[in-house]
Amino acid sequence: MLGDNSMILGHRLSELCGHGPSLETDIALTNISLDLFGQVRHYFQYAAKIKGAETTEDNIAFLRLPNEYKNTLLVEQPNTDLAYVIARQFFYDVYHLLLLDQLINSTDKQIAAIATKSIKEVKYHTRFSSQWVKRLGDGTAESHEKMQTAIDYLYPYTADLFKETPLEVSLKEAGIGADLTKIKESWLTQVKSVLEEATITFPENPYGHVGGKEGVHSEHLGYILSDLQYMQRAYPNMTW
Amino acid sequence: MDMGVVRDIEVNGKEVLVKITPTYSGCPAMDMIAADIKIALDKEGYQTKVELILSPAWTTDWITENGRQKLEEYGIAAPLTESADKLALTGESKLVKCTNCGSNNTTMVSQFGSTACKALFKCIDCLEPFDYFKCLK
Ligand SMILES: [Zn+2]
Repeated sequence: MLGDNSMILGHRLSELCGHGPSLETDIALTNISLDLFGQVRHYFQYAAKIKGAETTEDNIAFLRLPNEYKNTLLVEQPNTDLAYVIARQFFYDVYHLLLLDQLINSTDKQIAAIATKSIKEVKYHTRFSSQWVKRLGDGTAESHEKMQTAIDYLYPYTADLFKETPLEVSLKEAGIGADLTKIKESWLTQVKSVLEEATITFPENPYGHVGGKEGVHSEHLGYILSDLQYMQRAYPNMTW
Repeated sequence: MDMGVVRDIEVNGKEVLVKITPTYSGCPAMDMIAADIKIALDKEGYQTKVELILSPAWTTDWITENGRQKLEEYGIAAPLTESADKLALTGESKLVKCTNCGSNNTTMVSQFGSTACKALFKCIDCLEPFDYFKCLK
């Protein structure tokens, strides 16, 4: 799930390469994308090793069907405009940081090692996206309105981050995974504090979209995968 | 070696195992570094294996004094201490020294530079842009 989150979000951000609204945001978002892909490789290499046999990190990344991807609905939402990109990143970064902070104590040594490595990078991501939420929210009337719209639109998708699946419950009980209830509490506090500083109203929308972690996705994932998997499907086993 | 990327070397007769660790997870140079190590050692008649390890996680503290000097000579400002790094990246104080003229009168242009490990700075005195290697702890 974590690996898929980072991969799909990494892909979304990579779509902005050369298309960012300014050089600074272009470079930053693609750098974040690169960090996420690096982390994904660690997870997938580990997963491939556990699976053994013929499995490689590339099989896991490129050759699964849409319902086999377990990323949350939030990360597959499109790059509608910069405010959407930043809102999605901000919601996810705060969550990602809190999640890794728990995973560094995972009883699984390799997961703990990857988390310890990744958390240093995600701290930079969180700083970047939080600053931009404030800059746009507390900016001009137009940037404020766009930021508020994006936050309102994407907030219901964050419910998926915290919906515990049976697999997550068993991982938590085994001391491998994280406790999402605890994460949610801290997440709300941190998100509210940044939004307040950004003069953005916290969306009190009780409705939440869920299902991504069990393979039930929005229509966007199919398009992402057709782009992402094209090379491996058209030329099986191709390498650079 | 000076970057702290090479963590361990085991020599067993003509067999060598080199353990390296990435600076950032997505560092695209890792495959190249591994290939270069292998080519260099194989040329000396060794059978080389390069293994990627993640723990303990790399930190900028592992860059040696010599490594820092080489970075500066190349035009990349070496990482400051953690607290100074924070002040520099938030723009609260001018602590990053220009690699061209040595002035401290510099400003951050972008938190992310040409690669994930660096931020882009500009010198206000000589106007030269340069990279600053961000502190990673
Ligand atoms: Zn200068």
